[in-house]
Amino acid sequence: MSTPSPLLTVAEIRVHYGVIPALTNVSLEIMPGQILALIGANGAGKSTILRSISKLVPLSQGSIHFQGELISQLPPHQIARKGISHVPEGRGIFLNLTVEENLDLGAWAAQNPKTYDDDLATVFELFPRLAERRKQSAGTLSGGEQQMLALGRAWMSQPRLLLLDEPSLGLAPQFIERIFELIQDINRRGVTVLLVEQNALQALEIAHEAIVLETGKVVMKGNAQDLAKSDAIRRAYLGGEYL
Amino acid sequence: MIELIQHLINGFSMGSIYALIALGYTMVFGILQLINFAHGDVYMVGAFTGFYAIHFFKLAEHPSWLSLALTLVVAMIGSGCLGWCIERLAYRPLRKSPRINVLITAVGVSLFLEFAGQLFFGADPKFFPQVLSFEGDWSFNELKINPLQVLIFVVSIFLMLALDWMIYRTRLGRAMRATSFNLEYASLMGIPTDQVISLTFVLGSTLAGAAGVLVGLTYPKIDPLMGVLPGLKAFVAAVLGGIGNVRGAVLGALILGLSEEFLVGYGAPTFRDALAFGLLIMILLFKPTGLLGLKRAEKV
Repeated sequence: MSTPSPLLTVAEIRVHYGVIPALTNVSLEIMPGQILALIGANGAGKSTILRSISKLVPLSQGSIHFQGELISQLPPHQIARKGISHVPEGRGIFLNLTVEENLDLGAWAAQNPKTYDDDLATVFELFPRLAERRKQSAGTLSGGEQQMLALGRAWMSQPRLLLLDEPSLGLAPQFIERIFELIQDINRRGVTVLLVEQNALQALEIAHEAIVLETGKVVMKGNAQDLAKSDAIRRAYLGGEYL
Repeated sequence: MIELIQHLINGFSMGSIYALIALGYTMVFGILQLINFAHGDVYMVGAFTGFYAIHFFKLAEHPSWLSLALTLVVAMIGSGCLGWCIERLAYRPLRKSPRINVLITAVGVSLFLEFAGQLFFGADPKFFPQVLSFEGDWSFNELKINPLQVLIFVVSIFLMLALDWMIYRTRLGRAMRATSFNLEYASLMGIPTDQVISLTFVLGSTLAGAAGVLVGLTYPKIDPLMGVLPGLKAFVAAVLGGIGNVRGAVLGALILGLSEEFLVGYGAPTFRDALAFGLLIMILLFKPTGLLGLKRAEKV
């Protein structure tokens, strides 16, 4: 039996902000169909991993392959068009555009423009709230609605891989629950998810695999349920020196 | 009454010239937060491109609407190419540099164009030939209207409506608005932001080139430093309207054109050029975001 090949392979990447190292020798793999959670304290380098996959920050060393193809040489817009949709921290909504215009921009990266109408119908099925507000300026949406818009817009780009940076940030508890359900829903529809969360325990509940980062290094990886039970996770999540 | 109408016509005509230039400032600022000080000189190059086009195609010998259209198109293409080159050669290599470096470069590009202009076109003013002949002014009883001023207004309005349509009604315009909101987010959408930036420079420069020709027709003396003052005033107009805001730039420019005209007509003609800068100081003191400008949400 042949093992399936990973969707994304990050090999020994290093990233520096000026002279300060943000990532030192990080490697990871995501298998198709998974939800992989990246957890760790503030400043551990979680967002930097996502930003280096999308080429928002340059790599000083290492390589990134997506579906077997080297993508770490490409500019961000071409990476998006390969099927990697990145919802940045703060959601990346264009507050000066309407809900509909935001969704429409998501479709710039879609590889098959013919299914636009079907994709839009799916978005409105997943997020009925967006259908009600399609003509409204995105700036008038609540935080939770903006997060739904960000996920809906990502769906419009027909992603194979969804990079989510702190989707629960700044949301009310009942919304956080809902957003996590929606992420699982999107995943069940065939999208692989790389999830960065501070909300570690909740992220581990929906993830299949998880990686724990500490100051720019991978310190643990494994099955999400196993990690959720370990003490080490709480230590990493709290930043180490507290215990 | 007649005098008032006369002043209104003059003011709108001058204001629409400022508007055509101000749009380039405001669009580039909207996307790159850069004041492209070379923009006034692009307007100058537009006027000279029109001038040489008229001589090359001998358009002054056959004054007609077609000659005017041809002059405008050639000047717009010429200045559009210049705008593309400026962005590609001067600003793009500095995309990741601190903003002050880019600002100094902008001043440098401006000086370069002014003195390269003196070298290639000659420092002495040139006479801009007429490509459209009107038999004197249009008279309505006492009121005399210079058809050229109406022409300036009409052509400018047409170009501005075309731009507005492009920005608010097309897919490309949506990509431009997204890029101007946040370049990084736009690139994550799959929008080729470098190309959007180039397009922005080309569009802005094209409008400035058209303004150069229209000014040449009405005030037929062009020289390599002609862009300095209108450039600065258009910049003030863009700030007045709220820099980064396309419709604001047009509003600011019309207000500036009209107030200059009324100042000249009813009071203190010698203060004409001081008005724009007085206005600039006032806006920066009392409403730095301009008339239609919005406060940008600070990122936490």
